[in-house]
Amino acid sequence: MKVKALNKNTKNNLITYGMVILAYVVMEILMKAGMVSSLLQGLLVPLCTYVILAVSLNLVVGISGELSLGHAGFMCVGAFASAFFSNYTKEALTVSGLRFFLAILIGAAAAALFGFLIGIPVLRLRGDYLAIVTLAFGEIIKNVINVIFLGHDSKGFHISFKDAFSMNMEPDGEVLINGPQGITGTPHDSSFLIGIILILITLFIVINMVNSRTGRAIMAIRDNRIAAESVGIHITKYKLLAFTVSASLAGVAGVLYAHNLSTLAAQPKNFGYNMSIMILVFVVLGGIGNIRGSIIAAVVLTLLPELLRGLNDYRMLMYAIVLIATMIFTSSPGGQAFRERYSLKALLGQKKQKKEAE
Amino acid sequence: MMGFISYLVNGISLGSVYAIIALGYTMVYGIAKMLNFAHGDVIMIGGFVVFTAVSGMGLPPVIGVLISVVVCTILGMVIERIAYKPLRGASKLAVLITAIGVSYFLQNVALLIYGSNTKSFTSVVSIEPLSLADGAIIISGETIVTILACIVIMIALTSFIKYSKSGRAMLAVSEDSGAAQLMGVNVNATIALTFAIGSALAAIAGVLLCSSYPALTPYTGAMPGIKAFVAAVFGGIGSIPGAFIGGILLGVIEILGKAYISSQLADAIVFAVLIIVLLVKPTGLLGKQIQEKV
Repeated sequence: MKVKALNKNTKNNLITYGMVILAYVVMEILMKAGMVSSLLQGLLVPLCTYVILAVSLNLVVGISGELSLGHAGFMCVGAFASAFFSNYTKEALTVSGLRFFLAILIGAAAAALFGFLIGIPVLRLRGDYLAIVTLAFGEIIKNVINVIFLGHDSKGFHISFKDAFSMNMEPDGEVLINGPQGITGTPHDSSFLIGIILILITLFIVINMVNSRTGRAIMAIRDNRIAAESVGIHITKYKLLAFTVSASLAGVAGVLYAHNLSTLAAQPKNFGYNMSIMILVFVVLGGIGNIRGSIIAAVVLTLLPELLRGLNDYRMLMYAIVLIATMIFTSSPGGQAFRERYSLKALLGQKKQKKEAE
Repeated sequence: MMGFISYLVNGISLGSVYAIIALGYTMVYGIAKMLNFAHGDVIMIGGFVVFTAVSGMGLPPVIGVLISVVVCTILGMVIERIAYKPLRGASKLAVLITAIGVSYFLQNVALLIYGSNTKSFTSVVSIEPLSLADGAIIISGETIVTILACIVIMIALTSFIKYSKSGRAMLAVSEDSGAAQLMGVNVNATIALTFAIGSALAAIAGVLLCSSYPALTPYTGAMPGIKAFVAAVFGGIGSIPGAFIGGILLGVIEILGKAYISSQLADAIVFAVLIIVLLVKPTGLLGKQIQEKV
């Protein structure tokens, strides 16, 4: 019996999984050999976070075709929900593996809930209006988390939106969420291996979703909403599904992020619109709708500023120039014509033609 | 009551700044159909130019403002020529990412030249504060100038677009750039002009903003830029009266929210109002409803 040739799609996906696993193996070997600087080692878990964020955002921007600028907000929800849970059960649940597993589920569920609730009104809007509203929701989430004070004492939970004192806790009370200071003392449960496993799970979910009936329905809506509706595809249901799954995966990234830091605070730097934009940059530079591209772009663009460290103050300037130049080169009509003329294929093709002519 | 009135006046003043910035956003959006994320950073550059001219070189404030307007106008046109023009006809997202790249670029240039320390900006306004109701309400010179500037700009811009030839060319391009080109309108020149006007307005907004809130850093422009963007969407992006109304309303809501509800939640309130408006009127207050055809 002959082995059936692998479907082109399947092959493509296996390459993506293989690439992630290979990256992990190579990094592990390099770390064992002591060839990785501590700076880079510290970057590994954030790198995994960014990859998950980029892949999950690609589901909304690339597959569903909606420009979302509030992805960091869902990450924020996942991070805070799970860090709160881990902190609260730190004493009761000593098995860190089980606790982290539950934390991931809670982070994903909380972010999914927010994605669902926000998605219902937001997905009625189109294009740039949708973009600005997702940005607004992201900022609201960040702002609201900054005014939440939550504590626990012998009488139960106390919550306040003003300051830690107005919670009226008993003396034995413990402040769990301290407004702008956020959550301190989250157990350090994240690791590079867990990050890689979460990336693989994310990829599994996204790739299977894209290649399923659901994914085809979502892409049909993206390509032509009216035509899709006319063949009986439930627009709101599928859009909301993509949005919710994407939010939930962003929540997972948030869990990974939160459990890598001892102090978690919602600042513009980590959960503001700048973060959402950075993830969008990964998705667009990697190729909209291209899952593997998102992974590569997230890794390269995170490492690029670090590799350019030798340029000191000029590195972010270089980053900006690289960004503009790449966009012009890859997306402008002139750049595309240039690429077509001087691409490897075209050059080889020309040589072939010349040979044939001779 | 007196407190409320003075908050209201402050809100209108802040709103005027937002309105001037939002005009730049809305004009560029109307014509080039792009979200110019770098607009907020042009404001910051405008502020730094005045800072250098007035505090560094000791020039009189009026000259400083003029230099700033000229520099920003040129900057706007150069950005359009180098970064956005090659991408005409490319996907919207590609243009958006390029705009973000330009925004990073401007921030980092400012960071290299001026460093990350906060510069204290000396106000360019030297008008005595106005005292009303026996000193119960004091309106600062900056507030008066800001509100007046906004009104003047609004009137000048509306009449420019309505009555001048290039203004009507702008309207034509925003309506249908292909048809405008067939009618002999120079589309590229019109887009460049739009960027020039938008950036000149950004310079003025930068000076007014820094005069009222005198802390200047390379990131000063980012948040007002986003707020003005919200204001433009609020009023219906692409609509000039919409930007004006959206800006003023946003400023008033922000200041009143800060005063009466919570200073930390002021931004959240602004964004929440935007969301509610868009849910009721999906294209903003004065936006046009586009009917989708099969």
